[in-house]
Amino acid sequence: MADPMRIRAQVAGNNATVRVLMNHEMESGQRKDTAGKLIPAWHITEVMATHNGKSVVTAEWGPAVSKNPFIQFTVKGAKAGDKIGVTWKDNKGDTRTDEAVVS
Amino acid sequence: MKNRRDTLKHSAVVAAILASAGLLPTTVFAEFNKTAFEAKNLAEVLKATGAKGAPTESTDVTITAPDIAENGAVVPLGASTTLAGVKQILILVEKNPSALVAMFNMTDSIEANVSTRAKMGQSSDVYAVAVMNDGRTLFAKKEVKVTLGGCGG
Repeated sequence: MADPMRIRAQVAGNNATVRVLMNHEMESGQRKDTAGKLIPAWHITEVMATHNGKSVVTAEWGPAVSKNPFIQFTVKGAKAGDKIGVTWKDNKGDTRTDEAVVS
Repeated sequence: MKNRRDTLKHSAVVAAILASAGLLPTTVFAEFNKTAFEAKNLAEVLKATGAKGAPTESTDVTITAPDIAENGAVVPLGASTTLAGVKQILILVEKNPSALVAMFNMTDSIEANVSTRAKMGQSSDVYAVAVMNDGRTLFAKKEVKVTLGGCGG
């Protein structure tokens, strides 16, 4: 199981700004190891965010997203105490879900 | 003690419950669009994602990117639009081995303003593309100079 994500959700007016920092190698498949062999791509392909269990945004990522990816988005109408969940899935089938409470 | 068959049966039941409640992520995730992520330029990406209509440069779409990125491995890129009815937001780096970096499928519960961090192999134009519900495809572009590439060894 991969390392946990850091999720921060803060109220900004009627909305909540959500910042997510994931722990992932995001290997591009372009780099070579010391023996000159290509390191196979290993990256997050799908990301899904929920607000109180309802899906608000999904994303598809290529290998060009940076290592330990960061995303920021704004959820409309989210209040303090609401739950924001984020799930990712990588191209090796590994997946992780974390949840945070809006403050 | 439960035997293997029972355990299997139980996990199937739990999976069915989760799926019906919409909690099982795999049922919600869209199919990973491999063609789109192998495309080399904006036109190919749009074709692969099924966006119709010629892309038009628009001032309603804003791209947030640095003028100069010192480290190509971590370039903060953001895309936003003031328009309502956005279906997808795409972020592209033109001269990367594959142009498409990220594709966000939007809903009404989220503002059309997302940002992330990308890798860039070399100085290039970056695009923020908004695919609208009415079929229009609007984009904004900006040149980012990279002093140290982030895609090779």
